[in-house]
Amino acid sequence: MDDLIIAGEKFSSRLIMGTGGAPSLEVLDQALAASGTELTTVAMRRLDPSARGSVLDVLRGRGIKVLPNTAGCFTAGEAVLTARLAREALGTNWVKLEVIADERTLLPDPIETFDAAERLVADGFVVLPYIGDDPALARRLEQAGCAAVMPLGAPIGSGLGIRNPHNIELIVEAAGVPVILDAGIGTASDAALAMELGCDAVLLATAVTRAQRPDLMAAAMRGAVQAGRLARQAGRIPRRRYAEASSPMTP
Amino acid sequence: MELIVGGGIVGLSIAWRLSRAGRPVTVVDPAPASGASHAAAGMLAPVSEVTYTEEPLLRLGVASLRRWPSFAAELAADAGLPPGGPSYGLDFRADGTLDVAFGTDDLAALDELAAFMGKLGLPVERLTGRECRRLEPMLAPSVRGGLLAPGDAWVDPRRVTSALLAALERRGVPVVRARVSRLLRASQGSGEGAVVGVELDDAAAGGTVPAEIQADGVVLAAGVWSAELAGVPVRPVKGQIMRLRSAEPRLSRCVRGTVHGTPVYLVPRGDGELVVGATQEEMGFDTRVTAGGVYELLRDARELVPGVTELEVAEVVAGLRPGTPDNLPLIGPSGTPGLTLATGHHRGGVLLAPLTAALLQGEEPELAALCSPARHRPAAGSAASRGPAVPLYEKTSGSEELG
Repeated sequence: MDDLIIAGEKFSSRLIMGTGGAPSLEVLDQALAASGTELTTVAMRRLDPSARGSVLDVLRGRGIKVLPNTAGCFTAGEAVLTARLAREALGTNWVKLEVIADERTLLPDPIETFDAAERLVADGFVVLPYIGDDPALARRLEQAGCAAVMPLGAPIGSGLGIRNPHNIELIVEAAGVPVILDAGIGTASDAALAMELGCDAVLLATAVTRAQRPDLMAAAMRGAVQAGRLARQAGRIPRRRYAEASSPMTP
Repeated sequence: MELIVGGGIVGLSIAWRLSRAGRPVTVVDPAPASGASHAAAGMLAPVSEVTYTEEPLLRLGVASLRRWPSFAAELAADAGLPPGGPSYGLDFRADGTLDVAFGTDDLAALDELAAFMGKLGLPVERLTGRECRRLEPMLAPSVRGGLLAPGDAWVDPRRVTSALLAALERRGVPVVRARVSRLLRASQGSGEGAVVGVELDDAAAGGTVPAEIQADGVVLAAGVWSAELAGVPVRPVKGQIMRLRSAEPRLSRCVRGTVHGTPVYLVPRGDGELVVGATQEEMGFDTRVTAGGVYELLRDARELVPGVTELEVAEVVAGLRPGTPDNLPLIGPSGTPGLTLATGHHRGGVLLAPLTAALLQGEEPELAALCSPARHRPAAGSAASRGPAVPLYEKTSGSEELG
């Protein structure tokens, strides 16, 4: 089987979902079901993990593995603390590391992210860092012991797609750990492109949760990720300037 | 006698309407009008708050807003309020909601919302930035455009609950100040029998109340506390809200805005108070006011109306909205004989109070169907065909490990 393997754990779905922005838990629940996801991120700040009936119960109900994330943190110190609280509350040592540089762009802060990654790896965490599309930083984080790297396609929630496909290809080429395209996906073709570029998985939230029909968009993303993966494995034909007949021109 | 458990705006409205209809009722609540109704801003804004996937909630809101003027007028009369003109002494105003946008991104989102509203046939007007500021001169010059929902209204929920308590007192409806510890069941044989009353936590009330109250029917209108009493799928959604005070009114209508993707609203009271709300947090039964909550409210409010920094901070409170999995309330028969639900109103308790009381008296059956608690119960003999694979809420104790 063509499984996604992160830190030795197998997933048959290559679509990782986020939970932010859904109008209601029921809409979120239906979208998660339609997406077929097996791994979903939950922002741990402003969430009491012991409260009943929250988004965590939606994931439990679907048997989806929870990937706590440190969204909203501005410093390595805060991110490390948030990850530790999440590990204690949820009993998982996995963390999506997200340290943002400013509220306006929500772009990841490379220095704080690297600092936090080093400390969390040393503390036994399985670290999945959210980063800019920077091949050098991706390589350094892999060397530091991260279980995957998660470069952005475009800023969080922007729906701008993959702004620098070339950098994503460079990251994929050099990576020995899974590359997960995180942030920027606006519609299904963006997700397919990420997979065609060689990413191992796609993480998205807003494109689904803020769509007019979240369940339909989730199903579209599921299909797109599968299509893009198959296309990558099949190998695309070279681009040509002029036509080449696919059937004989003369009878 | 019907027993209403919960003395927030929903429970008190139900009690008042039932009493007006000649039915004997009693209300029980340890501290009436002190929960979510006390924190609420009181926006009656079904049109400007519409979002994708929530057309059923829009229908409920529009129907309830239509009821508000007569509800307010009758309440003011029953409570013996001095004639308050068009605001009924409840600070009820129907001057519309203005939803404004700043950056290009927020403006694009506003246009998308306008298109959605147009498709739903909602009466909204698209305004330029300068038109917005002509309506509301205190708005920041950076406002780029807006949507006016002229039919939206607002009310002071604290005045409404005070009036409801006064009206109940004048009608001789008992309001028992005690905490309900559990529902009384006619538990003959196996399984759970009909609900026949409630058991009171008389220790908490200092031994001044009876140990239990028998009733012909119980209406559970206990907001977030409904979950522990009847195991219904209601969870607390924390909201922090701020009240600012000024001698001069700064706004003449409700103003909402999206500041870099975060929604914020300002509601003007007749006495110059300005209500700024509200955070939405999944923090369980936590009503602490936090630095981050206050910061974000002020940061976003100042973006909309720079002058708010000159106002006095009168109060910051946190309330717990009773949220349901689909954001629709649970109104109607619970499935257990003797127990009716009127809970899960989430952000819409004030708006939906008049409709809730009407639905429980058998009016508007089509709308009642949207709120039926049966939608969260698995159909007999089959797994739940829609909704989650397992209940979103179960009465369990302790925490679970995640796989």
